[in-house]
Amino acid sequence: MPSPIIRIDNITKTYGPLTVLDGLSMDVMPGEKLALIGPSGSGKTTILRILMTLETINGGHIEIDGEQLYHMPKAGRLVAADEKHLHKMRKKIGMVFQHFNLFPHKCVLDNITLAPMLTKGVAKAAAEKRAMELLDMVGMADKARSMPAQLSGGQKQRVAIARALALSPKIMLFDEVTSALDPELVEEVLNVMRRLAAETDMTMLLVTHEMGFAHDFADRVLFFDKGRIVEEGKPESIFKNPRQERTQTFLRKIIAAGHRV
Amino acid sequence: MIDWSGYIGLILQGALVTIELTVLGSALALIMAFAAGLGRLSRFAAVRTLATVYIEFFRGTSIFVQLFWVYFVLPFAGLTLTPLQAGVLALGLNVGAYGAEVVRGAVRAVGREQREACVALNLSRYQRMRHVILPQALPLMLPTFGNNAIELLKGTAVVSLISLTDMTFQAQVVRAQTGSTLIPFATILVLYFVMASAISAGMRWLERRATRGLDGVRA
Repeated sequence: MPSPIIRIDNITKTYGPLTVLDGLSMDVMPGEKLALIGPSGSGKTTILRILMTLETINGGHIEIDGEQLYHMPKAGRLVAADEKHLHKMRKKIGMVFQHFNLFPHKCVLDNITLAPMLTKGVAKAAAEKRAMELLDMVGMADKARSMPAQLSGGQKQRVAIARALALSPKIMLFDEVTSALDPELVEEVLNVMRRLAAETDMTMLLVTHEMGFAHDFADRVLFFDKGRIVEEGKPESIFKNPRQERTQTFLRKIIAAGHRV
Repeated sequence: MIDWSGYIGLILQGALVTIELTVLGSALALIMAFAAGLGRLSRFAAVRTLATVYIEFFRGTSIFVQLFWVYFVLPFAGLTLTPLQAGVLALGLNVGAYGAEVVRGAVRAVGREQREACVALNLSRYQRMRHVILPQALPLMLPTFGNNAIELLKGTAVVSLISLTDMTFQAQVVRAQTGSTLIPFATILVLYFVMASAISAGMRWLERRATRGLDGVRA
């Protein structure tokens, strides 16, 4: 049995008086595809943001690939991580955002090559070659020289996925990546992610409201409510036979709202 | 009948001084604007405080008083400046304080989402600023920078008070010697306007260049 690639141990996250995560613990195995579902405000996006170091935690520990994320050993003790440590840890993790967050002043190709060139010292030619391979994979090779403003939402998101992949992270975080898309553009992004899940052994954490996709994509589904994991299990058991009342209510509402399961 | 050509020549010499002051003053103002504007966004409290004190002081006191301090009071502290140096220093520090707020505002206007993308791509603080934030903030600064540069141009007239022979100073000389107010002051009116128009045109050109691509068209 390999050891978990992500170990979340009793973390707390508060915004002022509001507790978003309340003593949350969970493990993720290498290569596992995880879907995080639940009502908005349940803390699922916060987990991704914490793993990407976009938020800090108020308590607890996170271990990524055998190393502490927010702590580092110093003189035999664990102290708060400094920017250098975070920089090292971020190499293991990539993230795709709900609103794409492409750099509007750079063309598609430059969006992808920027980080590998700056953070890994990859030569321009090599970075562009790799970028073209990734663009080919997401079906955007013909748009390499387009500016983000010229692309549709689905195209932007596919570029954003390629951009995150260019740094070859071990863990990819997908934060509601289809929520900002027009309905007819959702499928092209989901197709890219299906291929990614099938063709790579990356660990993937997905926050989504697309229950049908979560069902097909995930090895394990976690249902969140009020900062805690209410129920987890294989997609079939969560979606077909949810045991917890809150999970049942949530799924009923989602289905009533027109989402497929 | 007055022979105006010599007098006009005098005013044109003054125009060169005005241009020199404007160019050098703007250069210093630009440096100060970025130093103080980014300083106000620093994660170090001491840097933020220093930048804030500079901005508030130079915005809160008159350029006229600042110029006198630089030229007449600094020598007591052992620092004697030529009138041109004093003029450039006072104008640059004064306008730089206004520019600093422009820099700060534009940098902050680049959204949180862009910064988060930079973190997710593991760019360092410097790389974020250099490659992502500033290229997007710069086009936002340019229109106001244009205003500031024109304000600086018009502000150069105060240096005549420390006997620098700028355009306004020369116009007063001509007026005193010829007794005509209309001709020298009509001349410098036109010259100031032409210079301001040149600044506006230059800024528009820069703006077009800086925003190229952002509206979706790559040249």
